[in-house]
Amino acid sequence: MADRAVALSSKTGLFAAALVAGLILAALVAVFMAADVGAGLGAADWAAVRFTVTQAVWSAVLSVLLAVPVARALARRRFWGRGLLITLLGAPFILPVIVAVLGLLTVFGRSGVLNQFGAALGLPPVSIYGLHGVVLAHVFFNLPLATRLLLQGWQSIPSERFRLAGQLQMTPRALFLALEWPMLRQVLPGVAALIFVICLTSFAVALTLGGGPRATTIELVIYQAFRFDFDLGRAALLSVVQLVLAGAAAVAALWLIPPISLGGGLDRPLRRWDALGGGQRALDITVISVAALFLLLPLGAVVLRGLVGLGQLPPSVWQATLNSILVAGFSVMVLAALALPMAGWIATRRRGGVEAIGLMGLAASPLMIGTGWFIMINPVLDPARLSLPVTALVNALMALPFVLRILVPRLRETLQDYGPLTQTLGMNGWALWRLLVLPRLRPQLGFAAGLTGALSVGDLGVIALFADQDRATLPLQMYRLMGAYRMEAAAGAAVLLLVLALALFFICDKWGRWHADA
Amino acid sequence: MKYLTLAAGVLGASAAWAETPELTVYTYDSFVTEWGPGPAIEEGFEAECGCDLKFVGMGDGAALLARLKLEGARSDADIVLGLDTSLVAAAKETELFAPSGLQADYDLPITWEDDVFVPYDWGYFAFVHGTDLSAPTDFKALAESDLKIVIQDPRSSTPGLGLLMWVKTAYGDEAPEVWAGLADNVVTVTKGWSEAYGLFLEGEADMVLSYTTSPAYHLIAEEDDSKTAALFDEGHYMQIEVAGKLAGSDQPELADQFLQYLVSNAAQSVLPTTNWMYPAVTPEGGLPEGFDGMIQPGKALLVPNAEVPALREEALNEWLTALSR
Repeated sequence: MADRAVALSSKTGLFAAALVAGLILAALVAVFMAADVGAGLGAADWAAVRFTVTQAVWSAVLSVLLAVPVARALARRRFWGRGLLITLLGAPFILPVIVAVLGLLTVFGRSGVLNQFGAALGLPPVSIYGLHGVVLAHVFFNLPLATRLLLQGWQSIPSERFRLAGQLQMTPRALFLALEWPMLRQVLPGVAALIFVICLTSFAVALTLGGGPRATTIELVIYQAFRFDFDLGRAALLSVVQLVLAGAAAVAALWLIPPISLGGGLDRPLRRWDALGGGQRALDITVISVAALFLLLPLGAVVLRGLVGLGQLPPSVWQATLNSILVAGFSVMVLAALALPMAGWIATRRRGGVEAIGLMGLAASPLMIGTGWFIMINPVLDPARLSLPVTALVNALMALPFVLRILVPRLRETLQDYGPLTQTLGMNGWALWRLLVLPRLRPQLGFAAGLTGALSVGDLGVIALFADQDRATLPLQMYRLMGAYRMEAAAGAAVLLLVLALALFFICDKWGRWHADA
Repeated sequence: MKYLTLAAGVLGASAAWAETPELTVYTYDSFVTEWGPGPAIEEGFEAECGCDLKFVGMGDGAALLARLKLEGARSDADIVLGLDTSLVAAAKETELFAPSGLQADYDLPITWEDDVFVPYDWGYFAFVHGTDLSAPTDFKALAESDLKIVIQDPRSSTPGLGLLMWVKTAYGDEAPEVWAGLADNVVTVTKGWSEAYGLFLEGEADMVLSYTTSPAYHLIAEEDDSKTAALFDEGHYMQIEVAGKLAGSDQPELADQFLQYLVSNAAQSVLPTTNWMYPAVTPEGGLPEGFDGMIQPGKALLVPNAEVPALREEALNEWLTALSR
């Protein structure tokens, strides 16, 4: 197989990748330049590095392993409300951290449902605080994301294969080995790497549920260095540690991904002929129910609490909502301009290691990126005036790895399957994008746009550093309400945020699946 | 001709507008929100200064200082409002502030001797709990009890740092043992005040580190009298919030006028029910109803501003050692 089976230009992709790396490295350099003498890292810092890696590995492995049966069950079954459930799967991921944590505590907390139930049975109370609590919360955030990404993998298996498997009356085990396992081998490492990196920069979740300073992550030390000690050198150094860890994980995982083609199909609607037996059906129902309960109970608590607060929302919340929508829209546009050429470039390469560049935006501390750009912008312009564009750009960078993970597998497969044909036809450049790539990628594009928009709406990131009163986004306004004792109004704002993010996600995703029965 | 007149009118208007001096005040987020003290103070001051008062809100006290350090002498700010006593030493070290020269008749439990910063409100840290709980009366009793508390991380939050100083000033060299005793009472440590208070309201802990005036919010704004604060015999650590004038300000007279306004009756009477702290100068009408029911600590504890950085380092290490076990 030739390295490049298709005439997809790599120039724009290279340019986009260089731009992404440049934006992040420039911020890092700016922080280093502003720093005084940098002392090295102490024993406490390395303890933080160890804890960070431990919790991130556990979180990534568990999220991915648990997502396999859930995605498999969802791929095999069609039921009323399935679409809604899949959309809701995106919710934990976009909620502001503290809202999601409070939701989790209503179920797993000291006076939560689980402990009350246990007490009624005479069981001793179970504490959520500790490494297990941190991992539990990260699984809550990331299991749905992993499920969605794996589900994409299942959808990429041509329906003809399933038809054939049904005709051959393959057992579920045989079908798993023949069709599902090769797909999983291709998708799992990338998803695990992505979740590892997300958890690497976790801070408030790890601290709150970790139960004390034992649960100190790198991001907390960076935060402390920036705010209390104003030790820019230390902050920059720790940011480098984060980038290196993320880069190593990404390269290792993406290198593992074997270039397997699942084969072309006729894009017929999927119908499953396998797993019709009662045992399999019961298994799937159980898996879906347990997963749904785990995700929807805390979410339900968030919504219930917030409904009361909806009536107490101050007018500034609406301005903030508008700001958030603007930021989300702009993020999606920036992202499309960056991600499509990058995905095109990555997909034409046999090994996916370069996808690690995309992960940089997620791995770098938002505080570091924000401070770096602040240092660069400040001599020229009032940074507050650029707060919304900068926030949108940073959000786009943070969403980039998700979007690449969504686009690249499908794009690679498309190029492998249709490469020779397009070469025979002499098709290249824009025509290739327009006639082959974009139509085939439409569901992925919709999903990616929806995810970016939702993520962007829910993100606090750099806005806290740049924003002033008029440019606050909805999550920032929610935190401000909480800081002023107005917990009910804040819960109302959280529900508004949830609805907004899910609506954005739903609209984009729906656009992607137009006329598709996937 | 019509266009010329119009153009002249527009130019004239903008020139007249440009002549209105602008005073820029950097402050923390919650000060400028519509439920904070910002709007009332802006309206009151603009009525008497003939200027445009512009609040720029960002994060909390620590974030403010970090931002100021990033901007350095080029900062647009004329006033920084919202640093607290634990940050004063670090703020002075920047040499960005100018002496205020302001004298006021402060009603603080301590004498205020700083000539750079002007205190505008203050409070005592305290553990807030439900009225149905019989609370301990000192840290040692708390350590021996089974009560669960939630506190803030001193590395990321000012109340967390306040607690550190509280235990340190009350117990000195005995502080590590007190923290070791408290370790099993601490349910968890949070990033900031909001998270901790949210967890407490959720029922995750019996008590939360907050202020003696927190119950006043529930009482006055929510008509809820189910919260109170625990009175500790060791005394309570104070937090005094201050404002300062920047040396690089292009409106030094206006800045002085603003600081004067901040400790005036008009501004001070706004603070209790918007910032939920005690005013630095008790306004003529006294404190709002509801504040009189708050606990009154017998002893006010405060580390002199200049000694905070060194003591903080020591106390932080003790805290980390005790709670990491």
